[in-house]
Amino acid sequence: MTDYESHDFDVIIIGAGGAGLRAAIEAKERGLRTALVCKSLLGKAHTVMAEGGAAAAMGNVWSEDNWKVHFRDTMRGGKMLNNWRMAQLHAQEAPDRIYELERWGALFDRTADGRILQRDFGGHRYARLAHVGDRTGLELIRTLQQRAVAMGIEVFMECKVLRLLKDSEGRVSAAVGYWRPSGEFVIFTAKAFVLATGSIGKSWQYTSNSWESTGDGHAMAAWAGADMIDMEFVQFHPTGMVWPLSVRGILVTEGVRGDGGVLRNSEGKRFMFDYIPAMFAAETADTEEEGDRWYDDHTNNRRPPELLPRDEVARSINSEVKGGRGSPHGGVFLDIASRRSAEYIRRRLPSMYHQFKELAGVDITAVPMEVGPTCHYAMGGIRVEADTEATTVPGLFAAGECSGGMHGANRLGGNSLSDLLVFGRRAGIAASDFAEGRTGTPTVDDGEVSAVFAEAMAPLERSGGESPYDIQHDLQETMQKLVGIIRTESELTEAIGELDKLEGRFASVAVSGPRTYNPGWNLATDLPAMLTVSRLTTKGAIVRRESRGGHTRDDFPKADAELATVNLVQRITPDGQYTLDPEALPAMPAELRTLFEEEAH
Amino acid sequence: MADVTLTIWRGDPAGGAFTDYVMPSVEGEVVLDVIHRIQAGPAPDLACRWNCKAGKCGSCSAEINGRPHLMCMTRMDELPEGEPVVVAPMRTFPIIRDLVTDVSFNYTMARHVPPLLPRAPDAPDGTFRMMQVDVERGQEFRKCIECFMCQDVCHVIRDHEENKEHFAGPRMFIRYMELESHPLDSNDRRELLRQRMGLGMCNITKCCTEVCPEHIKITDNAIIPLKERVVDSSYDPVAWLGRKILRRTKRSAAEAAADAPALATPTSADGPTPTVAAGITPPS
Repeated sequence: MTDYESHDFDVIIIGAGGAGLRAAIEAKERGLRTALVCKSLLGKAHTVMAEGGAAAAMGNVWSEDNWKVHFRDTMRGGKMLNNWRMAQLHAQEAPDRIYELERWGALFDRTADGRILQRDFGGHRYARLAHVGDRTGLELIRTLQQRAVAMGIEVFMECKVLRLLKDSEGRVSAAVGYWRPSGEFVIFTAKAFVLATGSIGKSWQYTSNSWESTGDGHAMAAWAGADMIDMEFVQFHPTGMVWPLSVRGILVTEGVRGDGGVLRNSEGKRFMFDYIPAMFAAETADTEEEGDRWYDDHTNNRRPPELLPRDEVARSINSEVKGGRGSPHGGVFLDIASRRSAEYIRRRLPSMYHQFKELAGVDITAVPMEVGPTCHYAMGGIRVEADTEATTVPGLFAAGECSGGMHGANRLGGNSLSDLLVFGRRAGIAASDFAEGRTGTPTVDDGEVSAVFAEAMAPLERSGGESPYDIQHDLQETMQKLVGIIRTESELTEAIGELDKLEGRFASVAVSGPRTYNPGWNLATDLPAMLTVSRLTTKGAIVRRESRGGHTRDDFPKADAELATVNLVQRITPDGQYTLDPEALPAMPAELRTLFEEEAH
Repeated sequence: MADVTLTIWRGDPAGGAFTDYVMPSVEGEVVLDVIHRIQAGPAPDLACRWNCKAGKCGSCSAEINGRPHLMCMTRMDELPEGEPVVVAPMRTFPIIRDLVTDVSFNYTMARHVPPLLPRAPDAPDGTFRMMQVDVERGQEFRKCIECFMCQDVCHVIRDHEENKEHFAGPRMFIRYMELESHPLDSNDRRELLRQRMGLGMCNITKCCTEVCPEHIKITDNAIIPLKERVVDSSYDPVAWLGRKILRRTKRSAAEAAADAPALATPTSADGPTPTVAAGITPPS
């Protein structure tokens, strides 16, 4: 058998974005032997890209705000498909998690009386996002990273985890991977594992996600037999850059709209007024004048329709472009230049200013931006128990974007950063509890280990096969074209056929060069997860014959009453078969249900 | 459109050479886009780091035509037309392969920073009050995306491997200044900076400031004020007397250092060549 390095810990956290770091801090505070394993360098995870802020009902700007309002906004934004208990915990605990960051050194923007300032975002009734200009994710990851380093948490960087292995009792016992710099294999054994591996967005052509977002955690959990829920819900953020083509998909923060920016079509019209859905009509302005007054007076005016939840705005932009009213490069115009002073724009949105100036040669204080939808976030994911983030596999926990349930059918902007903190901490606590209660030394089966090594080495040992880049390219094109923002049964079925073909092609993938820092080989080892996750998404999308949140079916344009009551649960059986079963949503208690009844009139 | 030529350093710790790649020119591309097309075509094993592709994560630092840049923020049409674009790894750090270097020195130095020690909260609910003007100094330094290009161009360590043991470098100096100017902090890191972190070795050539992609005024706003603070603390007789006779409000460096992170535990952050960090001893 191949030689390998091994490490043993109490708790291993895979992924060092916000959720992973927060979980690790919790386990380390308990005095457990804790380590983080991450695919990039520490501090480079996708959390760093989050711009607008972290939603928490602190009530610093609008004292009317409280966790119940936040809970209600989150559930309505998620089209009521959220796990109510997760949405409740999130709304209740987010403020404490933000204040905690401040004690650890975060420097948020301030109100006039020295408290943490909060900004408006889509779907949030009150200005609720704690932020630092438009680089909140950087502040969050740096604060957590510095805290983790100060605590002496072990960090294994640039290490790709390939598979989770279980012991004879079915508990996850090991993570098998390799060091990207050396290409050598490594095994981490531990009593509990937390997956915090982020997104799946790299399987689409136009995405705000980095190369890392290949759904490793989603796939590893599914391969280990964990339940996956609602994988069909993928958020297309309404505003990504569209030009130049090489930067297409890079995120333009919702903060632009929160701070006064508006969307216009090629005729100069604020088209969002034409797309206000009935569900939000009562709380959305129907004239430009009212929408404009709202920025200064939330009490007597309703919010402008540009700040509807992301799924609504993305679909509307899509319709305008399809209707021939798009911008020159196939987007629409996002205009803040004509509405706010140059000084205000540069102060509130400094990185957007630089991003457009340097990548597109566009001065956003002078002219509108061109924007269009970009694949951004997976609402679905690994099924977890709301209070503990325990998956359905013993010893395995999941937090952050790779877990499912919290955001239902559509995530509100700003709820992701707070999700990372709230559920990262909870996963850390529960994983620590599990590790402390687990008896015996975690064991691995040498045969299984050898099989993982062999599978990873196969592309390097083959010659004359296909390039992993070609397979990735065709996968991205398939998912963009057939499983994108607007879906139909025939295209989804076609996508399954394409995925079958891509899996067949993957069997002959070959890469050249050494094992040391070889991106071609690294991609070849990412592809199995990308293919698995794409299949889960597509299968869910076929069965959900309705339009809801981040899942829009051209052939079923309305929400379905029956599908409103179920999660679509998918599993991969030990022999590789995919199963799908609708299961009833957890029932919301009566006292929370009244929050929605009160608001109905 | 015309072709573009990228002249890229390829190799490993044993040595390497520049290789030319001729690619079709595409409108609006940055250097990293061309690197990606080379990976997807002629050189699938060409090693480089990248993540966000939007200048926010600081992963893709390289020396382009002899000067450090983020590859994701350097537009091809801003480079001299018709000439090859020379792309080399950062010189100050040991080579892993091609454009990827071992930047573990920076992570080692980060572990020596005594963390924030917050003062008592201002409000009964445990929250703090800070004015925008007071957080803005620290916010400038917290814009740092850790691209390590300031470390790359710093004369003290660029061609002086032996100095790395005793020199935190510009990236860490802005971290120290951020903490020193933090409205909540009650730690004192001045003696640590003077004795162990080599603050005195900086001769203020401002090369770090020039290459900062976040336009942080590293020298003017961090290094010079830090030098002043350290000098005040060490040599100012009034300050010395004050420390002797007045009740200190800040903790001493020794006390601060006692809280410093565990320095002896090596982690993977030390990378394949831990020799860089080997000579560093915990401050006492």
